[in-house]
Amino acid sequence: MVCAEKPAAAYDGAIMLAYLAKRLLEMIPTLFGITLISFLIIHLAPGKPTDALSEMNPKMTPEARERLEKYYGLDKPVMVQYGLWLKRIIKLDFGESFSMDRRPVMQKIWDTKQPITERRLFITFMLNVMAMIIILLIAIPIGISSATHQHTLYDKITTTTVFVGFAMPSFWLALLLMLLFGVYLDWLPISGLKSMNYDALPFWGKVIDRVRHLVLPLFVVAFGSLAADSRYMRSSMLEVIRQDYVTVARAKGLPERVVIYRHAFRNALLPLITLIGLSVPGLIGGSVIFENIFGIPGMGQLFFNGVMARDYPLIMAILTIGAFLTLIGNLLADVGYMLADPRIRTGR
Amino acid sequence: MVFLSALFLLILMITGCRQQNAGTADSDVKNGDENPAYGDAIVEGTIGEPSNLIPMLASDSASHAVSGLIFNGLVKYDTDLSITGDLAESWDISRDGLIITFHLRKGVKWTDGADFTADDVLFGYRTIIDEKTPSAYKEDFLQVKKAEVLDRFTFRVTYDKPFAPALTSWGSLVILPRHLLGGKDITKSDMTRDPIGLGPYKLSKWVSGQELLLESNKDYFAGRPYLDHYIYKVIPDPATMFLELKTGGIDMMGLTPIQYTKQTDTAFFRKNYRKYRFPAFQYTHLAFNQKHPWFSDKRVRQAIAFGIDKKEIVDVVLFGLGSPATGPYVPNTWPYNPDVKKYEYNPELARQLLRESGWQDIDGDGIVDKDGKPFHFTILTNAGNALRKNTATIIQWRLEKIGIKVDIRTVEWSTFINQFIDKKRFEAVLLGWSIGLDADQYDIWHSSKTKEKELNFISFSNSEVDELLEKGRRTFDLEKRKKAYFRIQEILADEVPYIFLYVPDATPIVHARIRGITPTPIGISYNLPKWYVPKSLQRHTMVP
Repeated sequence: MVCAEKPAAAYDGAIMLAYLAKRLLEMIPTLFGITLISFLIIHLAPGKPTDALSEMNPKMTPEARERLEKYYGLDKPVMVQYGLWLKRIIKLDFGESFSMDRRPVMQKIWDTKQPITERRLFITFMLNVMAMIIILLIAIPIGISSATHQHTLYDKITTTTVFVGFAMPSFWLALLLMLLFGVYLDWLPISGLKSMNYDALPFWGKVIDRVRHLVLPLFVVAFGSLAADSRYMRSSMLEVIRQDYVTVARAKGLPERVVIYRHAFRNALLPLITLIGLSVPGLIGGSVIFENIFGIPGMGQLFFNGVMARDYPLIMAILTIGAFLTLIGNLLADVGYMLADPRIRTGR
Repeated sequence: MVFLSALFLLILMITGCRQQNAGTADSDVKNGDENPAYGDAIVEGTIGEPSNLIPMLASDSASHAVSGLIFNGLVKYDTDLSITGDLAESWDISRDGLIITFHLRKGVKWTDGADFTADDVLFGYRTIIDEKTPSAYKEDFLQVKKAEVLDRFTFRVTYDKPFAPALTSWGSLVILPRHLLGGKDITKSDMTRDPIGLGPYKLSKWVSGQELLLESNKDYFAGRPYLDHYIYKVIPDPATMFLELKTGGIDMMGLTPIQYTKQTDTAFFRKNYRKYRFPAFQYTHLAFNQKHPWFSDKRVRQAIAFGIDKKEIVDVVLFGLGSPATGPYVPNTWPYNPDVKKYEYNPELARQLLRESGWQDIDGDGIVDKDGKPFHFTILTNAGNALRKNTATIIQWRLEKIGIKVDIRTVEWSTFINQFIDKKRFEAVLLGWSIGLDADQYDIWHSSKTKEKELNFISFSNSEVDELLEKGRRTFDLEKRKKAYFRIQEILADEVPYIFLYVPDATPIVHARIRGITPTPIGISYNLPKWYVPKSLQRHTMVP
């Protein structure tokens, strides 16, 4: 039995690789479809990137407006514009921003002149990863314990709390917390990622400064997202502890701890893996809101400004990156699922 | 968007402020030595991040606020709104008004050490009229027939026709360092984010999405600024910005009416901050589509004007921080005519005027009718502007009392402009104009400016106004211009194409340790290099 495991693992590996390749190939048409639909919808929205320069501006003549539109290539049919965009994107060139600075979009999202910690994509990515870790670290124990203490007062309190977090508008909660911790108690900074005297701080001072700036944003994001994960965890746990093998585990006298965490927990975790993969777009969307409230210079803030200015190349770049990250997230979730669940790993 | 939206903060930053009716400063910060001293920094909160620091390429107020500290113009507005020299020491205008000769200040240097000369001005002019330069400000410069450098410090421009707004167009838009930009594609230049200027401050650091750090130009031709640093902190959310003000994270921001009257009326703010207040260079109005059969009757427009209480709108919507408007100019500026028809609230007279024009409540439902149709129209305004929406609501309530039913519809800005204004698909709109410092309003009122995308979107047409507008922009004689614009205001007041509702006040707040601020008709920021913090009160000793 023990010897037989090796060839089985190799077999598993081959299936896994084939599966991965298939999934990666499938991503290409999906990504293509997402970009096409996004491109069309953005161009359907009223208004143009040239509006900021030309709308209601007494110094703008029709000729000047036409010149501007030609300058941005907006005089061509939408499908031609999409074709041109696609041609560039194959070379991973997102083009130049339509905003007045005309910087390459990639430079805005990933500014190679700044240290990596100041780049917008990095900031948003790291914040979301940290938020996700915090969410899981809190939501999973809550889910498990409220499942094992079903219908108790504890269950009711946690359920109410996570739903309050879910229902509360995050911008409002953010302002209340800023008022309490930033203004009245003066414990935490209100906005931004670092203090003005940051450069003069010693190394540990810098770390503490960064952490202090992250406390409120991360709390707000995490508090709003606890509900989904903890509730999934709870219901999946409830299902699992009714299974026969849990009864068997209890019957053979294993301590309750081992029953729950060794036997039940691992199985109950499976649906959550899928959920994590699906939560990527939600987190990216949430970034748009909390980065604006907390003045965090991430990709969400850039996206918000881009949409307001109808900066098509910038919007497209961020949507594409977001779509890509989501697809990768889903893929990783599926792979994680395979690793965790031998029934799927072995094919049928 | 910059031109027609009433974002208080933005306006405050660009046009700054006006007039001194209440430069009242409540603050307890006293004592210590009061002498101007070098040092310290001022931190200003900004909602939008600048996009481009070359003035002719930017159209957002955040960019202009920053580049205004880095670049100077040939001329600028003095505190009484007259035009005064900046980089030009003096200028001559030929008798026929066609030729302007600027005599430039000598010995001015760009911050990289190169001399500023007439070539830089010519270069800026050639750049802005270049086809390949996407600038929103070309038009004034396309009027120039000839521009020439007479010698190192003399620059001359010739026009086809006399053009009064021309002189002020030679501000900071067209002063660019030729030695750095000559022969390059200006839109791709490093100068857009790392400019070399000659103004009171120079950019030393720009952390995208976070802050811009400006350092004083020790060799500034008008004298070294007292404040060593000017820092713009990007805070996109207005509520967050106010909290930053409370914790001392920023020194200066524009306040909303409720923040000015209620939220800063505490011992803490009185002790640590000073508030300023002066009319902003903008007004809010209700505009009627002149092509609409109901509103083509002057008596109907006048009736509605009598049916609205402007004072009430100022008191309720602006918490009293503004004044009723009577025309398209700001009170106490030279083109403003104080003696026009004022339309004090008078519902009786309003009803009478409606009766005279054939509107009467026949079916007894409280709404006046004519030809079997009730008087029921829609006020359209852009979404996201609470002041405008509240104003519309008060108007709706007041007009109901004279028998007119009003619906209010708010639409997102781009849709609003493209689908409704441009297509002239509206009955009445509630909007605001930011007005320039020059009195010329040809584009808004002239009957030739009614095509799609043009600014006379209400299709106002009055041959006398047309003539006066032409007259006003073709002479440099202030008295003649004044006469033309006074008459225009009389006609507008009688014709009521717009109901001019109110001129809001700009209400900035600045930390009390910063001294030397004196409000004038053009605001507070005109003398920024002279702002200072007394030595004993200086807060930021270390370079941030």
